[in-house]
Parts: sequence; C-alpha cells; structure tokens
Amino acid sequence: MELLIQSFFNVEIMARALPLVWRGFQMTLLLCAIAIPLGLVGGLALALLGRSHNRAVRWAVMAWVDVFRALPPLVLLVFVYSGLPFAGIQLTPLAAVAVAFLLNSSAYYGEIFRAGIDSVGRGQAEAARSTGLTAVQTMTHVILPQATRNVLPDLVSNTLEVAKLTSIASVVSFQELLYAADMARSITYNASPIVLAAGFYLVLLWPLVRLLSRLERRLASA
Amino acid sequence: MEGRAGFVATFFDADVIANYAPLIAEGFVVTCVLALLVVVTGIALGLALALLRGLGVRLVGWAIVAFADLLRALPPLVLILLVYFGLPALGVPLSSFATVWLVLSLVLAAFAEEIFWAGITAVSKGQWDAARSTGLGHVQALTRVVLPQAVRMTVPPLTNRTIAITKNTALGSVIGVGEILNQATTAQAFSGSATPLMLGAIAYLILFVPVVILGRWIETRFAWRP
Repeated sequence: MELLIQSFFNVEIMARALPLVWRGFQMTLLLCAIAIPLGLVGGLALALLGRSHNRAVRWAVMAWVDVFRALPPLVLLVFVYSGLPFAGIQLTPLAAVAVAFLLNSSAYYGEIFRAGIDSVGRGQAEAARSTGLTAVQTMTHVILPQATRNVLPDLVSNTLEVAKLTSIASVVSFQELLYAADMARSITYNASPIVLAAGFYLVLLWPLVRLLSRLERRLASA
Repeated sequence: MEGRAGFVATFFDADVIANYAPLIAEGFVVTCVLALLVVVTGIALGLALALLRGLGVRLVGWAIVAFADLLRALPPLVLILLVYFGLPALGVPLSSFATVWLVLSLVLAAFAEEIFWAGITAVSKGQWDAARSTGLGHVQALTRVVLPQAVRMTVPPLTNRTIAITKNTALGSVIGVGEILNQATTAQAFSGSATPLMLGAIAYLILFVPVVILGRWIETRFAWRP
C-alpha cells in the first residue's frame, strides 16, 4: 500500500510537476478548441457534398470517408508529420496535428451528420421549399436543426473521442498535457505525474461521459 | 519537385519496398493478433460486467459504473503509459505487448458493458415478467428472452466501437510493440525514405477498409425499422 502511494500518488512529486502539467493542460484545451470546430465544419461539408446530385462526387466522398476512418489517427499524424517533409512539406507539430485531426475527425463527424440528415423525413424539405424557402434556407433552418437534435448523442460521443485523441499530439512532441506529464515522469522516475494528468483529463471529460449516459438513456426511454 | 516521378520515388521507392516489406508484414501479423486478442477479451469482459450489474447488487453496480466512466473518460494512451511505466514500480513489469492488450481490453470492456447494459435495459420489463411467468428461471429468462433481443440492438454500436478500439493498437508503437506503425517508423529511420510510412498506411488500409465497410453493412442490416 505504501509502495502504491509512493509510485502513483506521490504528492510531493505531483506538486513539483504541477506547473509543467498545468501548462500542458492549457495546450490540450487549445488543441480541443482547434480540432473540434475543424472536425465539425469539415464533417458538415462532407455530409452536404455526399448529397450531391453528381454520382462521382458521392462516390468520392464515400471513399474519402472510408479511407480516413480506416487509418488509425496516430498513423495519419505520423504520416503527416514525418512523411510529408520528404515531399517538401514541413509542418510544425501544431499544424500537423490540425491537418491529421481535420482528416480523421471530419470523416467521423461527416458520417454522423449524414445519418442525421437522412433521419429527417423528405416531407420536411418539400414542405419548406413549398413555403418559398430556398434550398440553402431549407437546409439551415429546417433540416439541420432537426438532424443535429436526432444525432446529438453521437455528436457528443465523437466530441469526447476527439478530446481524448488530442493526447496523441504528444507523439510528435507537441507539449500538451500527456507530453508534459510524461516528461515529468521521465525526470522523476515516478508515474505520479501521469496520474496527475489523468486527473486533469477526468475533470475535463468526465462531465461529458455523464452527459452522454443521460442523453442515451433519454433517447432509449423516448 | 519533379512532379509525379518525384512523388513515386519518394513514397513508392522499389528498392525500399523490397527491403522493408517483410518487416511491415511482420508488423501486420502482430497488429492482427493483438487486435483479435483485444476484441475477444474486451467483449467477453464487457458482457460479464453487464450481467454482473444485472444482478442488482447496488455496491457492485456502482463499482462497475465507476470503472466504465473512468475508462471511457481517459485517453487510452494515458492508460498505456501509466501501466507500462507505473506497474514495474509495484514489481509487476508487463511487456509492451501485454500492456496494450490489457489496456485496450479494459477500455473495450468499459464501452461494451455500457452498450450491453443499454441493450438489456431497453428490453421492456414486460418481457421479463412474461418470461418469468411462464416458469423460466432468472438465468433462463435472461439467456432465452432478454439477451437475444438486447444483442440485436447492441450489434451496430458495438461493431463501431470495436473497430475504433482495435485501431488503437497503433498506440502500441509509442512503447515499442512491433506492430505496423512501429515497424514502419523504424524502417523509415533506417532507410531515410518515406516509403515505409506509405507501406504502413497501405497495410492499415488493407486491414481496416474491409472492416469499415463491414461495419457500414452491419449498421444498415441491423437498423431498427419500426
């Protein structure tokens, strides 16, 4: 028990690591603030493109989405960060993370928006158009609000995944929460800083997990 | 940039492919074995936890919810580093392969438990009562009446979640598991070429594109049509 506390919950080491880990936490918040909107906007664009009247465009979108859902995000990130320089494209860690997250999470968000739009009955669009709304107005004022509500649990769930995924930025030396904690671990030879980082992740993400459970339960009982 | 020839030479260098394809193939096997192990242990453990929660012992239920919340809220890479660098201090060093197997199994178990539980509770109480009133025992009602209906509801979300978590085997490269990504980055360092990274990406596509398409098919096949 003593050993367990010494190696995982060492308050003295945590206190020393705190400033570093706190800066890392702020960087993680920054990553979330970049990656989540990028994914949402990209995903919405993919979902709308996937409804194109042009069959070639629809197929291209489907292939695009399947490829980026098949590649593990870390593989994508390493490819963008370490592979593209060979083609003369050198990105900073932050830019590489942004590109990799745009490619990966927009594919997932795109699938969710597609399902949401499909869930709104055709009659809605027809009724909206017949009242004189344009196609764009119909989409933004009638279809999308209902679509978003119908897939809200999936959107929250994916956002939770994107937030957790920001931890892979540590692999390309972006100094976010996990990177900072692992650096403190390697200096102190003690796992407590990682437990501290886990605490930060819990504070940030546990409310989202609880919200998700409630949303799912509400949907199940509806 | 020399246009297309430059691109091919950079990402599809024939010599590098010949030299390093066997290494990537080894990684492919490791990724497959690790993914299969994670799927089997994760789903089995998740189902066991959901059934345990179904017994209705309050303390056990709370413990399971706490476990599921914790493992759903923490990034898998955090858990991998915690287990890999933390456990040796307690005198239980795990190999990097065992670490990833353990962590991803627990993460999958947490999600699977929630999905199974949602399925079980979604089957209406009338089904339980009807099953019990025909003389079936608790276990029989569960296995013959409730679970078959619950499983049907759980297959699409469980498939998607399982695919997402098996892709996380790539995180093993961070602690040196010899899976595809690790082999690809090693080969990239040795060869000074981007070709191994492209080979690695292609290996993942060969493995996961069929799985993603299967997931899409299952989603439509099992969809509720009220």
